[in-house]
Amino acid sequence: MIATMALPPPDPEFVLRGTAAPVHTLHFSCRSQEPEFPILFSGSANGLVQIWNLKTHRVDKTLDGHGGKSVYWVETIRGRDELLSQGRDQKICLWDLAEGRSMVTDSVSMDSVGFCRCSLLKMAQDRWLIAMPADDPDEVQVLELPSKTSVCTLKPEAGAKLGMPMCLKLWQPGFGACPFLMAGYEDGSVILWNLSMGKMLSRLACHQEPVMSLDFDSEKAKGVSGSSEKVLSVWSLDEQQNLKVHKTHELINSGISDVTIRQDRKILATAGWDYRIRIFGWKKMKPLAVLDFHTATVHCVSFSDHSRPSERLLAAGSKDHRISIWSLYNQT
Amino acid sequence: MLSLAKIFHLAVLRTPKLPPWTPEVAEFHWSWPQCSGASWQPGASWEQNGCDPLVCCCSFKGHGVFFTSRPGFCLVKTVDILEQFVREGGLSALMWEVCQQHAQAASPELQETLLNKVVCLPDHLSNKLRGENLPIFLPQNYFPLLGTEIIQVLQRISDSLRGGLDCSISFVSQVLGKVCVHGRQKEILSTLVPCLTDLTKSDCIWQRMCWRLVECVPDQIKIWEVGERADVLSRLLGNLVVKNKKAQFVVTQKLLLLQYSCPTAMLQNVLGYLALDNSRRFLLIKVLQELMETWASSSAVKHSPVEQQLYISKAILICLSHLKDVEIDSHRQELFTCVMEGMKCHLDSNLPRIRCLGMIVAESISSRINTDGPILKFQVRLKQNLSLLPRRCTIKVFAVGAVLCFLAWGRYISILKPVAAAYAVSEEGSDSELDSDDDFIPYDMSADKELKKTKAPLYIRDCIEVLTGPEDVEKWEATMRVLETLIQRNTAATQEVSVELAKVLLHLEEKIYIDDFMELRQKALVAVTVTDPVPVAQYLTSQFYSLNYSLRQRMDILDVLALAAQELSRPKAPGKSKLSSVQTPYIQILPGSDSSKDWRRIVDERIRSKTRRFAKVSRQVGQQSSVAGHFFFPLIQNFDRPLVTFDLLGDDHFVLGRLAHTLAILLYFAVNTVAAAAMGKALLEFVWALRFHTDSYVRQGLLSCVSSMLLSVPSDRLLEDVIEELVETQAWLADVAEKDPDGDCRRLALQNLLLMENLKTKLEAAPS
Repeated sequence: MIATMALPPPDPEFVLRGTAAPVHTLHFSCRSQEPEFPILFSGSANGLVQIWNLKTHRVDKTLDGHGGKSVYWVETIRGRDELLSQGRDQKICLWDLAEGRSMVTDSVSMDSVGFCRCSLLKMAQDRWLIAMPADDPDEVQVLELPSKTSVCTLKPEAGAKLGMPMCLKLWQPGFGACPFLMAGYEDGSVILWNLSMGKMLSRLACHQEPVMSLDFDSEKAKGVSGSSEKVLSVWSLDEQQNLKVHKTHELINSGISDVTIRQDRKILATAGWDYRIRIFGWKKMKPLAVLDFHTATVHCVSFSDHSRPSERLLAAGSKDHRISIWSLYNQT
Repeated sequence: MLSLAKIFHLAVLRTPKLPPWTPEVAEFHWSWPQCSGASWQPGASWEQNGCDPLVCCCSFKGHGVFFTSRPGFCLVKTVDILEQFVREGGLSALMWEVCQQHAQAASPELQETLLNKVVCLPDHLSNKLRGENLPIFLPQNYFPLLGTEIIQVLQRISDSLRGGLDCSISFVSQVLGKVCVHGRQKEILSTLVPCLTDLTKSDCIWQRMCWRLVECVPDQIKIWEVGERADVLSRLLGNLVVKNKKAQFVVTQKLLLLQYSCPTAMLQNVLGYLALDNSRRFLLIKVLQELMETWASSSAVKHSPVEQQLYISKAILICLSHLKDVEIDSHRQELFTCVMEGMKCHLDSNLPRIRCLGMIVAESISSRINTDGPILKFQVRLKQNLSLLPRRCTIKVFAVGAVLCFLAWGRYISILKPVAAAYAVSEEGSDSELDSDDDFIPYDMSADKELKKTKAPLYIRDCIEVLTGPEDVEKWEATMRVLETLIQRNTAATQEVSVELAKVLLHLEEKIYIDDFMELRQKALVAVTVTDPVPVAQYLTSQFYSLNYSLRQRMDILDVLALAAQELSRPKAPGKSKLSSVQTPYIQILPGSDSSKDWRRIVDERIRSKTRRFAKVSRQVGQQSSVAGHFFFPLIQNFDRPLVTFDLLGDDHFVLGRLAHTLAILLYFAVNTVAAAAMGKALLEFVWALRFHTDSYVRQGLLSCVSSMLLSVPSDRLLEDVIEELVETQAWLADVAEKDPDGDCRRLALQNLLLMENLKTKLEAAPS
């Protein structure tokens, strides 16, 4: 009944074409003041990182540092002056983008051949932690940047049979507090790691299939994960640091490649193998919209970090070489 | 002792007959004992009773007025005195006197007269005084007053009973009964019932008096309309129904089976009253048995109006909600038999409302009587109202559910929908604190379907192959979804295989479940028929009367023909043919939808447009003109020839009803075509042959036929070809409009008469 009265889903605000390859990762940088314009970084299967000007909708700059191997994670540090990109050439590159430069100033090599994206957490001014898959297939390594010193290696106990880590999310309960890591594994479980002790705190088997993506809301101590199955799993972390399944949400089609909670913790977007982007209310997982635009698997979804809420955007990158930009639920 | 009665009687009776007299008013001291000795003979004249006929006297509170007058003066004076009498409690004094006297045997005639006077006073006075009536004598004021007076009398009676004196209450009862008979129960009960409710709360003498009061009321049916809660009813009435045969008849028969006008609340009260006391419960079961018998009787289902069936169903569900498990245990088998029988005749009915009603009642009964066994469950149902059930069922699940179910038909559904939506929303929002999620309004997500990997075929011939070939579930579904557009796009290719495709589609079974399979198939069939009308229509009409088709298929044929005729009658705009599939079709003839309703809507609209201005009706003729006959005549030809598997005039009257409706639609869309006149004539013959059909759905179809004939056939042709038949039809229509048990039939007949009237005025306006 509600459906019949509801508005038809909106069209994209605009579409960015020209990556010439499936888009694997997206990252906004929109916080900077005028005269600087908002930009969007995209990493695609041809190994290129492209910097899109969101005013002109054109590519400003293309970074080629992964030898044609797919780039599947990009993240800025120090505003937009430096960029981290992770590629299938088993390298994480640090780019210097300040003052028009575009050169790789540093790189970390990984031995992992999986698809696990890294996770970055700012600990202090000029000090970051980065979590990435380690040499051993089932381990996660945490490094400190920019020093590249290893903080810890998270190794599951023998016989845990977790498989490879699939997705990572570093977080800390408050600024300056001890950091934690949420990691989704190949066997479908999500694990909470304590970084200072290098100890597994809780393990929740919330999926039957590998966890493809997860996001965690540290304020509400609640997270969401998607796998190749037909369900989204919402779980919560109680005061005893135990993970518990809070709710599962059944989807029409199987396969979630990315989930992201918007910074204001009001809505959540998923990228589906069924070519669709789904929007949910984060509080109760109320389905809000199904955006049907792409003609192939959607690989990633990302919310912009605009300082003005009304300008916030959602970007989705797909195997169909296109990046769609949406403006949804921006009225506060 | 009889003074007051006598005086009152005099005042009312004799005044008008008074001859002219000079006014001579004098103070006259007149006291009770003076008159009490005289024995009053009501039949005799004043003189015989020892009084002056020209003296009208009136007295209360120990002083009297003595006067003589001319008629005018006398009338005014009498009315004044009467008003004073009534205003100052004369009525209660009068009634009290009669009650007292009643203990000793008194003249029944006098009582009868007094009763008449007391109750009819407003009528008498308004007759006499016309416009100058006093407000106190208006019924809306007089009867509530009478109510309070009755309470006062009852108060005196109760006092005297407490004092050990015997008193009769029957005169008060008679007054009450008579007021009810005169249709003033609402006014009098509005003051009486609250007082009695209050007084009987803890006082057993009052309770006994109250029971006695209603027991003596001659015609009790109106008493039940008090509109009080069941427990109050029980207190006021006691075990009246058990003691009094008449009351029992009123409750068990008259209220429930012989009429159907009581509001649901009253039904609930009355049945609740029966259920409240153990000594009355056998009546509840008896009532239920009788209701079930009626419900399960095929003749009742066929011949009684829908409203009555609704009423009986309501009563059944209310009864069920009152039954205890033990009682159900002892009557389970009986109920079960009734459900089975009733189910059969309800499902047999051609009217969707009746079928739906039957299903709801049967489901409720079944879920009540089968505590552990399987429960009857129908797939077709009105989901909205049932979803409402659990939220509102705080008192009686069944009863309230029933009420809601009945509300939810047809036009009411639109009212209920937002309510249901509101409930759904409130349910969602209720489980947590205030939530910002609710600020976000979801977009339409109906397009979110399962992703299909297979590609749909691109050519018509491929489609036929897929549909007839080996099972490939996904491909099959994809084909079904794409077929209509394919047909519309490739006219030439479709025409090559049109009949073959129609055949495939007609015989197509739902191999796998697709939620809108019927609709898809129908759309495809319509598209084929529109693309290549003549051969496909020939094929379909020939199949309608051939062996070995299911009723469903035959009805599909009818629906497709009707929809195709509609499509064809549309003026063709270049490049717009695709639009038609997007628009919601005018006539929705899908399973479960009430096609006759939609059809009637069209006729209604049409009539409205016709009645306003005749000249403006100019409908363009589409492709229909050349093919209308191919749709129509083969269908109407063979209806009276029964086949082995198909007997239109016998058991398959549902299809006959559909056929009648379809023929009406076909003729309606054939307006402005050459064939219309011939079609109209044939249709009139068809109607004439079947006009006394017992099934109301068939009759509705026939009446629709008449409408569309009047609308589509040019009036000069009507006059030339079928004038005699028209006159006959008019007589029949008048008969139907007056006597048909089905409300829709009556309405349709009236509309037809109106159309004929219009035709006549039009002819008169333009003499040839």
